[in-house]
Amino acid sequence: MAVCNTVPRKKASICELQQNAAEIRRMVDNMFQNAGGGHYGGCLSEVDVLTALYFRILNVDPQNPRWDDRDRFVLSKGHGAGGLYCTLALAGFFAPERLSTLNQLDSAFGMHPDMSKVPGADMSTGSLGLGICAAVGMAIAGKLDKKSWRVYSLLGDGECHEGVVWEAAMAASHHRLDNLTAIVDRNALSMDGPTEEVMSLEPFAAKWEAFGWAVRTINGHNMREIVDALEAVPFVPGRPSLIVARTTKGKGISFIENRWDCHYASLNPEQGERARKELA
Amino acid sequence: MGAIDMELYRKLGTRDALGATLAEIGGEYPELVVLAADCLASVRGKAFAAKFPERAINFGIAEADMMMAAAGMATCGKIPVACTFGFLASLRAGEMIRSGICYPKLNVKIAATSSGLAMGDGGTTHHIIEDIAVLRSFANLTILAPCDGVATTKAVRAAIEFPGPVYLRLGRGGEPNVYKDDFDFEIGKAVTLREGSDVTIIAVGAVILRALEAADILAKKGVSARVIDMITLKPIDRDIILKAARETKLIVTAEDHNILGGLGGAVAEVLSEEPSVPLRRVGIKDTFCSIGPTDELMDKYGLSGKAIAKEVLDYT
Repeated sequence: MAVCNTVPRKKASICELQQNAAEIRRMVDNMFQNAGGGHYGGCLSEVDVLTALYFRILNVDPQNPRWDDRDRFVLSKGHGAGGLYCTLALAGFFAPERLSTLNQLDSAFGMHPDMSKVPGADMSTGSLGLGICAAVGMAIAGKLDKKSWRVYSLLGDGECHEGVVWEAAMAASHHRLDNLTAIVDRNALSMDGPTEEVMSLEPFAAKWEAFGWAVRTINGHNMREIVDALEAVPFVPGRPSLIVARTTKGKGISFIENRWDCHYASLNPEQGERARKELA
Repeated sequence: MGAIDMELYRKLGTRDALGATLAEIGGEYPELVVLAADCLASVRGKAFAAKFPERAINFGIAEADMMMAAAGMATCGKIPVACTFGFLASLRAGEMIRSGICYPKLNVKIAATSSGLAMGDGGTTHHIIEDIAVLRSFANLTILAPCDGVATTKAVRAAIEFPGPVYLRLGRGGEPNVYKDDFDFEIGKAVTLREGSDVTIIAVGAVILRALEAADILAKKGVSARVIDMITLKPIDRDIILKAARETKLIVTAEDHNILGGLGGAVAEVLSEEPSVPLRRVGIKDTFCSIGPTDELMDKYGLSGKAIAKEVLDYT
């Protein structure tokens, strides 16, 4: 299969990003099939955004993951770890073979990322709402030290039910953190059903605007739109940037797409074969 | 680190000593940042803010966000001191301390004021008699509970030097001076405040003075009581507990905390693993406390010097 660019510090083209995203989806599926299941829905919906970040936007060094002056990325939706692991592996932070240990005893790779064990993970997350707060702290630290590095964080939309997200939203605009960009993976489904039925989020973009963020809404699977938005931050100087990425939960596997009951899924052998074919 | 002006800290209680210490050492530690949840004045952080305005950061009444922002800052090399009331630090933001700070072992210091019954008039919402039990079960967390200004300045300085998460269980301020002289403070080492050969009273924080009072009462009755300040609640000083078990006939713990899971529980855990002496625990007997001045509340819930002495006499 074609992988156009495994050197993230050289900016990938849109075509290369699309091919990398397709490869990462295959890696996620392989990894989950090997482990017997995983958070398919949210890991597949976030892949295009993660690909754009790690192969075009973030100034990071896979050989030196703790480089002081790197851009930071916090996966606030920690259950999206599968997508992050595969992206980091393809970007060269560690050997992709290590992903075969997912969820096994003493593996570095579990359902949620552990910054002490996963090269390239800038924060341990998993409890929803906590990552964006940590990202706020990182952005404040960057401002204090007058650094040019930026902080990015990816949230789930259901995660925004957590009140602490809005504490962070307030703090980010109050402290004028225009070095902070949050992306919300707006796949419109959480574990119990559509977010608008479980606990309505709309008017979603307006909420963030009211909290002082500069907001753009994009198609979270259109690489051109993702890159354009990420390259345009800060949208307004002095304000944190929020990208609402409209996505499809389970993107890429037809029988998982838009299924809230596939938030976490285990595929039987037939489904596994079908998934592999669809992602090929 | 420069010499500490002991005369100053003997005059200050825990809360003022926190603020004074942060302002004093801020120049020495350019990475030190002070975070507050609309309580910068309350935690006596204004002096630090006056000297280092950019490094005093307010999060409003949002302790959970503050605690996680502290974690994020620590990943970038800062030494954040996140300050708020004890009940908010340990319970409201307890999960953030566990998952966001202790799990990745980040270099965050949590300064929690008004612990125990220090805000007696605040009622149960503002009392915090559960913090030791909760926090003691967080791996990677060090818990310090200084009882006066001298101990607080020592503890704060040690916490800043220590690479990892530290929780400072402080009072509301105005506590009388216990440590008249300088003393060697080391994380993990309890301090023997008074030697004694018959029984041992192990106390912490606001109960220390009452334990000393109990020892005075006991002395008059011919009982020689050793008094130990368990200033580091975690990791607990096993050696000093086991030494007391070898050298005295009874150990009594005393704390402004629920009798379940606190200092008494921690001491019981140590003693249960070794040949031991009887242990009695003095604390709040698994009840929420009523409203009132701290001293009167502590008397009411069995934490007076007299009550501690009685506990000893009943079992000797």
